[in-house]
Amino acid sequence: MEINKDLIAASSAPLVLAILAEEDSYGYAILQRVRELSGGRMEWTDGMLYPVLHRLERLSHVEARWEVAESGRRRKYYRITSQGRARLAEEREQWKAVNSTLQAIWRALTIPGPANRTASAAPLLQEA
Amino acid sequence: MPTPRHEVSLEEQIDQWRSYLRRRQAIYSVDVAELEDHLREQVAGLVDAGLATDEAFLVAVKRMGNLDALSREFAREHSDRLWKQLVLVPSDSGELRAPGRTDAIVAFCLAVAAAVALKVPTLFGIPFKDANAGFYTRNASLFVLPMLIGYFAWKRKLAPRTLRWLAVALVAAAVFANVYPFAPRGSIEVLTALHLPIALWLAVGIAYAADRWSQVAGRMDFIRFSGELFIYYALIAFGGGVFTAFLMMLFKIIGINAEPFVQSWLIPCGAAGAVVVASWLVEAKQSVIENMAPVLTRLFTPLFAALLVAFLATLLFTGRGINIERDMLMAFDGLLMVVLGLLLYSISARDPRLPPGTFDVMQVVLVVSALLADAVALWAIGARISEFGFSPNRVAVLGMNVILLVNLAWSAVLYLRFLRGRGSFTSLEKWQTDYLPVYGAWAAMVVILFPPLFRYI
Repeated sequence: MEINKDLIAASSAPLVLAILAEEDSYGYAILQRVRELSGGRMEWTDGMLYPVLHRLERLSHVEARWEVAESGRRRKYYRITSQGRARLAEEREQWKAVNSTLQAIWRALTIPGPANRTASAAPLLQEA
Repeated sequence: MPTPRHEVSLEEQIDQWRSYLRRRQAIYSVDVAELEDHLREQVAGLVDAGLATDEAFLVAVKRMGNLDALSREFAREHSDRLWKQLVLVPSDSGELRAPGRTDAIVAFCLAVAAAVALKVPTLFGIPFKDANAGFYTRNASLFVLPMLIGYFAWKRKLAPRTLRWLAVALVAAAVFANVYPFAPRGSIEVLTALHLPIALWLAVGIAYAADRWSQVAGRMDFIRFSGELFIYYALIAFGGGVFTAFLMMLFKIIGINAEPFVQSWLIPCGAAGAVVVASWLVEAKQSVIENMAPVLTRLFTPLFAALLVAFLATLLFTGRGINIERDMLMAFDGLLMVVLGLLLYSISARDPRLPPGTFDVMQVVLVVSALLADAVALWAIGARISEFGFSPNRVAVLGMNVILLVNLAWSAVLYLRFLRGRGSFTSLEKWQTDYLPVYGAWAAMVVILFPPLFRYI
């Protein structure tokens, strides 16, 4: 199943912010975490993460710093700021609202189709 | 297990990928470093999972995404980057910071030194006043250009031999500007003040081009540098004018007259320091921002060509005589200089491999019509030169006119050969750059020989 681009784009900022709220991280690790969380269903083009990170940096939602990683390479780490946390809380409320609205209508519908697929995806998620 | 051969080829592949990315205007080198770290991590992860190095590289690049799309995405986020910014002191990358900052500090110190140098004579009893106007105009270039030469000597790490020659030139300039018993406000004094900077500018060129001075490309770079410097200096001067106006206005409303400060400190010191600052800016910007001089040339070459053709046509059809005046030749010197400038800066920006085009025809029309106009003026003045007499001013102006005329005439010949497919554009370039020392030599001659020849009047 491929998630459409608009959804990926819309969810990228809250997802990145939430991952950074767990701990400071860098691009590659953030993408790994996204794969892990989505069970491989959210396929981002790797490079596209960076413009997102830079936008969040420009909006002061995250801060960046260069560090030398254990591999000896310089690596850019990102850290969520207090403004970023506020934005995350706000996004969370919005997504909750969207989610509960959709849940309500899913329940009202009787078509079973999508439910099966979700079920089949569930083990994958646990695997990851 | 990766063999050394694989290691090398991976490095090569990453190098190649990096150079592709670097070409994207919207992706800065810090971003490339970030993306490269990602790519390497990805490759390492895939190799751990059992892929061969080159397979891992291919997969990692594929996952990174299409470069066009990526650079578009970067451009959308950093739209400012499409406007080439002059980053004098890069702020977000530790490695790049050091050289840019040292450069800025050195340039700033030398600018201050030039400003201070202007005030040193005051300590020795030569205050910056009308009474000493002669001293200051004769020595104006000696307050500033040594600093500028010093800047390039430092930047290009000049060889001691070149440094010695430059030092000799500067000392000689200082001697010839001051030992002669100049008549106050005489024309010889003015001539020295005008020609010394030209002669010394050649020394600046030698410092600027360093070991490339003997090459056409090195001297052409110096020509480009001079043009850009002129434009930057004009912009800084304009900004300085606005600043000065506000300074006067603000102090005036609290009843303080800032004019003495402005006249004896702000304007002279600012003008001296600005030369070094503008040079540093031109050096720093070089490839970052489009050169302005060739752009202006493109705009004004057609206008000047039209003006000169119209002038010649009018002269021809109405049969009007030239209203000869004493200072008219000076104006024609100026005209030839402008035409030479237009020619030089269009040459400096032209790709020598391109075939002749309409703009080249326009250049030739411009140069030829300027030569004709100057010939008319020379002929008119030649008829009456005995009547006017050979004053030092007239000889200097006439000499400069002849030098410009030779330069432009031979350029026109070379240009025509190029248009007719019988010569290469590089020979025109070579002629122009080879001719530069002639101006310096003539200026030096005026400074050194004219005062005794014309009895210091």
